[in-house]
Amino acid sequence: MPQNEYIERSRKLHGYRLDYHERKRKKEAREPKKRAKMARKLRGLKAKIFSKQRKNEKIQIKKKIHMHEQRLTKKKEKEVSKGAVPVYLLDRDVQSRAKILSNMIKQKRKEKAGKWDVPIPKVKAQADAEVFRVIRTGKSRRKAWKRMVTKVTFVGEDFTRKPPKFERFIRPMALRFKKAHVTHPELKATFCLPIIGVKRNPNSHMYTTLGVITKGTVIEVNISELGLVTQGGKVVWGKYAQVTNNPENDGCINAVLLV
Amino acid sequence: MDEELETPRILTRFKSETGEVTGSLLDLPINITVDKLQLICNALLEQDENTPYVFFVNDNEIKGTLGSVIDGEKGGTEQVVDIVYQQQAVFKVRAVTRCTSSIPGHAEAVISVSFSPNGRHLASGSGDTTVRFWDVDTQTPHHTCKGHKNWVLCIAWSPNGARLASGCKSGEILIWDPDTGKQCGQALRGHRQWITSLCWEPFHRNPECRRLASSSKDGDIRIWDAVLGQSLFILTSHTKCVTCIRWGGSGLLYSSSQDRTIKVWRTSDGVMCRTLEGHAHWVNTLALSTDYVLRIGSCDPIQMNTSGKLSPSEVLERYNELHPSSEERLVSGSDDFTLFLWQPESSKKPIARMTGHQQLVNDVKFSPDTRIIASASFDKSIKLWDGRTGKFLAALRGHVQAVYQIAWSADSRLLVSGSADSTLKVWNMETKKIEVDLPGHADEVYAVDWSADGQRVASGGKDKVLKLWQN
Repeated sequence: MPQNEYIERSRKLHGYRLDYHERKRKKEAREPKKRAKMARKLRGLKAKIFSKQRKNEKIQIKKKIHMHEQRLTKKKEKEVSKGAVPVYLLDRDVQSRAKILSNMIKQKRKEKAGKWDVPIPKVKAQADAEVFRVIRTGKSRRKAWKRMVTKVTFVGEDFTRKPPKFERFIRPMALRFKKAHVTHPELKATFCLPIIGVKRNPNSHMYTTLGVITKGTVIEVNISELGLVTQGGKVVWGKYAQVTNNPENDGCINAVLLV
Repeated sequence: MDEELETPRILTRFKSETGEVTGSLLDLPINITVDKLQLICNALLEQDENTPYVFFVNDNEIKGTLGSVIDGEKGGTEQVVDIVYQQQAVFKVRAVTRCTSSIPGHAEAVISVSFSPNGRHLASGSGDTTVRFWDVDTQTPHHTCKGHKNWVLCIAWSPNGARLASGCKSGEILIWDPDTGKQCGQALRGHRQWITSLCWEPFHRNPECRRLASSSKDGDIRIWDAVLGQSLFILTSHTKCVTCIRWGGSGLLYSSSQDRTIKVWRTSDGVMCRTLEGHAHWVNTLALSTDYVLRIGSCDPIQMNTSGKLSPSEVLERYNELHPSSEERLVSGSDDFTLFLWQPESSKKPIARMTGHQQLVNDVKFSPDTRIIASASFDKSIKLWDGRTGKFLAALRGHVQAVYQIAWSADSRLLVSGSADSTLKVWNMETKKIEVDLPGHADEVYAVDWSADGQRVASGGKDKVLKLWQN
């Protein structure tokens, strides 16, 4: 063990060795190679410790470089951010509400034409055989006019059954849905909203009347909870959404709001 | 003739609002109408023209005949019935019913809108960092003032109407000349964070309109000399964001803050006089009973169009006349859903605590005749309170989303409100019902102002257009 600061003392008395600075420079210059060699050679725990240490060092170096860069570059004027709000809303975290939905006239016109710009323009055709299963009736099971819907359906609140004997289409209770997960494309948020009705099933008019919900079906949902407002200041409550998944496979309805 | 004898008669006497008895006892028939009461009252008070009055018996307004109010209580002929009369504005402001123009121009949301004291100029501040002046008559843009580096959050007209101060989000205050649209002097720098409120010294205290108070998010209030561009006082005592300041008519400055207190400052030397405590959450807004008188400053509301200016002594006279009770009242609205009514010149105890809102109170305004306080809240309603006692009068419901701002008409008979549901609504104070619904904005309405002469309403919002409404 060295006793006292003998090196410093010697330097004060006699000065540095003549080749001190030269040796120091060379040693520093060799340092990276030495390090690299070590990094290659080390194995196991030692390698782990070494690499971690080296990583921390590098982070510090990068920070230092970044700080120097900042000092050198001229500061630009800060861009004025968008979405100005008055003073009384500045300290409140108001969630960004979607724009007032496109005006009612446009929507009405679209409704008349029965055409929407939908996220899923083309849908796979559903054959009747796939949607309906034949149910045999009669004492000897030889009549085959009854059908059971094998897809998810929406049945309105006010639906009353016909006498079971004459009921041609059976919509099983297990496949009836009342709610859908609707995503607002601008808000990027999803809400579980009650379904009002099936507006259009692109496969067939009959599916629409039956309330069959398959991928690509346009449904009407109740969005009064979202608090969207028309230009007249009335709360919008019904809005269309297109189904984006196969509800019969997933056990839930996912849809995108048509804005 | 027999029928007339049969109508019961009643001993009455007239009283003013403050409780002074006018004239002697009167023996009146019970079926006397309001028109006749008005004639009697005018004769008693020896007024030349026919001034409209509203009459109350035990806080019930007489609508048809005197009997309709007295009917319930069977006092008999022995008792003396006190009829309290309240003078109404001689002029009537017609309700705004249509949008005369929607002027685009701002590239971002319109955050603040304000008419000049005489109603001849209109200014708006926006998120696109500009202040714009608009020509009220032709309803076209006048000047675009660039100079701010961030959103223009608040604007304030000087009481003589010769200057406009605007504060931005980066903490600078600029002074503009409304006639040329040029900046006057240097920017007033000093605030470290955004400006929340601006307020000029009342005209009758100093006709030169030099001094300006500003409050900031950093908790400071500064009083500036707008001509020299110097900061005269820095009032620091609030520990959080100062939300609103009001410069009272008696030389006091009131400030509300998010640290739950309201502080009263003496503006002559910058000393804090008292702290009003009572709110349990942020105090959002303040309103003075003298707000309207101070706002119109040197302008005469009767001669608005001739741009007649009053001399300082006349203004002081009018201030004293319109404000006979001599002590101004202050009302504060808060995040704890309540309002407090104060008499800040003399006491630190509130007169009344007004509860009833179910969400935070965002805006409070005294009516120009100081009889009614209106408060706008995020619970979609506007509530009306008695301006003297703080008693609840009525709730105005109709908006489907938060109500942001309200503005009174000059005759105190109408109120306009702007809301997040993109509409403005005009409310009638007589029926306490909606008068006109004004849809038209495509998005939230952030700022509403009714000109002091009652001609126009201006509104601005998130849809970047400024709309002017007229009758």
